[in-house]
Amino acid sequence: MQGQTIAEKILGRASRSEAVRPGQIVDGEVDLLYMHEMLAMAMLPFNDIGTAKVWDPAKIVVTLDHWVPPPTPEIAKMHQTIREFCRKQGIQRFHDVGDHGIVHQLIAERGYAQPWDLVIGSDSHTNMVGAVGAFAAGIGATDTAAVMATGRLWLRVPETIRVDIQGTLGNRTGAKDVILKVIGTTGDDGARYAAVEFTGSTVKALPMNERFVLCNMTTEMGAKVGMIEADGVTRDYLAHAGRPFRPIRSDEDAAVAKTFTFDVDGMGPQVACPSNPANLKPVEEVEGTKIDVAFLGSCTNARIEDLRIAAELLKGEKVAHGVRFQITPASQIIYRQALREGLVEIFMDAGATFTSSTCGPCFGGHLGTLAGDEVCISSTNRNYPGRMGSPTAQVYLASPWTVTASAIYGEIKDPRKV
Amino acid sequence: MQTRFQGRVWTFGDDMSTDHIIAGRYLGTTDPNVFAAHAFEAVDASWAKNVRAGDLIVAGDNFGCGSAREQAPVALKTLGISAILANSFARIFFRNAINLGFPVLESPGLREKVNAGDVIEVDLDHGEVHLPDGGMTRFNPLPPNVLEILEAGGLVPKLRAELSAKSSP
Repeated sequence: MQGQTIAEKILGRASRSEAVRPGQIVDGEVDLLYMHEMLAMAMLPFNDIGTAKVWDPAKIVVTLDHWVPPPTPEIAKMHQTIREFCRKQGIQRFHDVGDHGIVHQLIAERGYAQPWDLVIGSDSHTNMVGAVGAFAAGIGATDTAAVMATGRLWLRVPETIRVDIQGTLGNRTGAKDVILKVIGTTGDDGARYAAVEFTGSTVKALPMNERFVLCNMTTEMGAKVGMIEADGVTRDYLAHAGRPFRPIRSDEDAAVAKTFTFDVDGMGPQVACPSNPANLKPVEEVEGTKIDVAFLGSCTNARIEDLRIAAELLKGEKVAHGVRFQITPASQIIYRQALREGLVEIFMDAGATFTSSTCGPCFGGHLGTLAGDEVCISSTNRNYPGRMGSPTAQVYLASPWTVTASAIYGEIKDPRKV
Repeated sequence: MQTRFQGRVWTFGDDMSTDHIIAGRYLGTTDPNVFAAHAFEAVDASWAKNVRAGDLIVAGDNFGCGSAREQAPVALKTLGISAILANSFARIFFRNAINLGFPVLESPGLREKVNAGDVIEVDLDHGEVHLPDGGMTRFNPLPPNVLEILEAGGLVPKLRAELSAKSSP
C-alpha cells in the first residue's frame, strides 16, 4: 500500500476509513470544535436545524477575541448571548473576557489540540493549529452550526503540497520572513484547497512559536490546512497539557501534488506590500517608506517571543515622533508573562501602547484602526484594501523585528541595521 | 429551486477578498441588512445602492479569499445577487455560499467574455452560460455532494430533512 500524508492519515482515522485519497469526500468526526464571536452568527442556523443540544459540549471550546472588551452596546449584547448559550449548553471550556485570548493561540497554549486530532475552527486562521500535527481547518457560521448539531463535517481529502525549507535563518530574520517569501512565490491562491506541509532542516530546528507562524499564514496561500509533523519539539510544547502524545508524520513514500523548495541561506527580512499578502519585496526595496502606525499583534505574531523581540529593540529607544506603535498580545497568558518579564514597562518607556488581547486592529474592528491614507507596518496576516480600517489605508506586512525597527525610525527599516 | 437565471452582470477582478466584500468594521451585528448595505464598499462606495435583485457577479481568480466571515456571501445574497461566476473560489467562501443555498459556479474564462452591464443567462441544469452575442460557455459541474446541498436550498434545510427522516418511524 502506498504511504500516506499527515492529512490523509488524520482524515482516514476521523472518518473510520481504510485509506483515503485526495479528492475523496469523507464524513469526519470532529475531535475539537472551537469558536469565537462567530458563534453568535452560528446560533441562528443552529436553532433552525432544530437539535436543542450540541452534540458534545466537552469537545467544544469558546472564547471571545474579536471585540474584547466590547466596543458597542450591540456587541456587549452579542457577548451576553454567547455567554448564555455556553451556560445552557454546558460548555465548560468557555474562556470569557479576562481569561480570553485570540482563539488559535488559546487553543495552542492550553494544549487543547493534539497530534492526530480533527480540529475545526470558526475562523480562517485555524490553519495555525496544524503546527501541532493536527488537521485544523476553518469554516463559516452554517458549517459551525452543523458541527454543533451533529459532531461531523464533510471534507474533501486535500492533495498535499510540500514546502521544504533548508538552510540557516540569518540575523533578525524568522519564520514570518520565510512564510512571506513562500506566499510571494506561490501567490495568494497557490495552495487553494490543498494541505500544505512544511518539511526540511530549517523547520525541524524551529521552536513552536515560529512553526505556528508558518502554518498560520498558509491561509494566505488559500490552503485548507497547514501542518508540520509532530516531533520532540511538539511533545515538549504540549507536555503541560498532560495528555498522551502520539507523534505523526507523512510516510516516506506518500504522494504529494507538488514540492516547493526554499533555501533560506542569505535570505533577509521580507515585506508584503499593499494590498495583497503575495505582493512581496525584500526589505531593502521598501526601506525609507514613511509610516504612521506600527502594529505588533494578531494570531500570527504576538506571542511572548515576539514581544521579547520588540522589547529588545525598544529598550532605551523611543517610538518615532508622530508614529503610534501598538502592541497587543495574542492572549491574556502572554499579557501576564509580559508583565512578569518587565516588557510592558519597556514598551511604555518607549512610548508604545500596550493593550488587552484582541483581534480588533488586525481586522479593522476596533481598538486601533487606520484612517484614509495612513500607512501601517504590521505583524499581522492580511493587507487587502480596508483590512485594518479605511480602504485607502496602506498596510505592509512584516516580522516583529521589522515592525519594531520601523516604529523607532518612523519609516520602514531593515532590522539588521538597528 | 430556481435553475435558470437571467441577469445583469457586475464584473470584478482577481483576489476579491472578504475584506473587499464586507469590511471588518461592519461585523459587530448579526443583521444581514447591515452587511448588504456596505457590500463591496472598498471597491465602489455606491455599489450596494446600484445593485438590483437578480443581478449576477462575474469575477476572476480566487473570489472570496481571506476570512471565514459568512457575512460576505450573506451580504451578496441579501442584495439579491442570484449567482456568482468566477474563474475560481476560495474554499471557505465557496462552502459558506453553498451552505446558504447561494449558487457559486466555477466558470474559467467567462470573465474575459463578458462586460459590466451585459445580460447573460445561467442554466444550472445544463451547466451552461448563454452570452449576449448568442455564444455559450460551460461552468464546471458541482460535485454531487455539493449539488445536493444546493438543491436542498442550503445545509440547514438539508440537515432538518435528514434529522426528521431519522426521528420518524
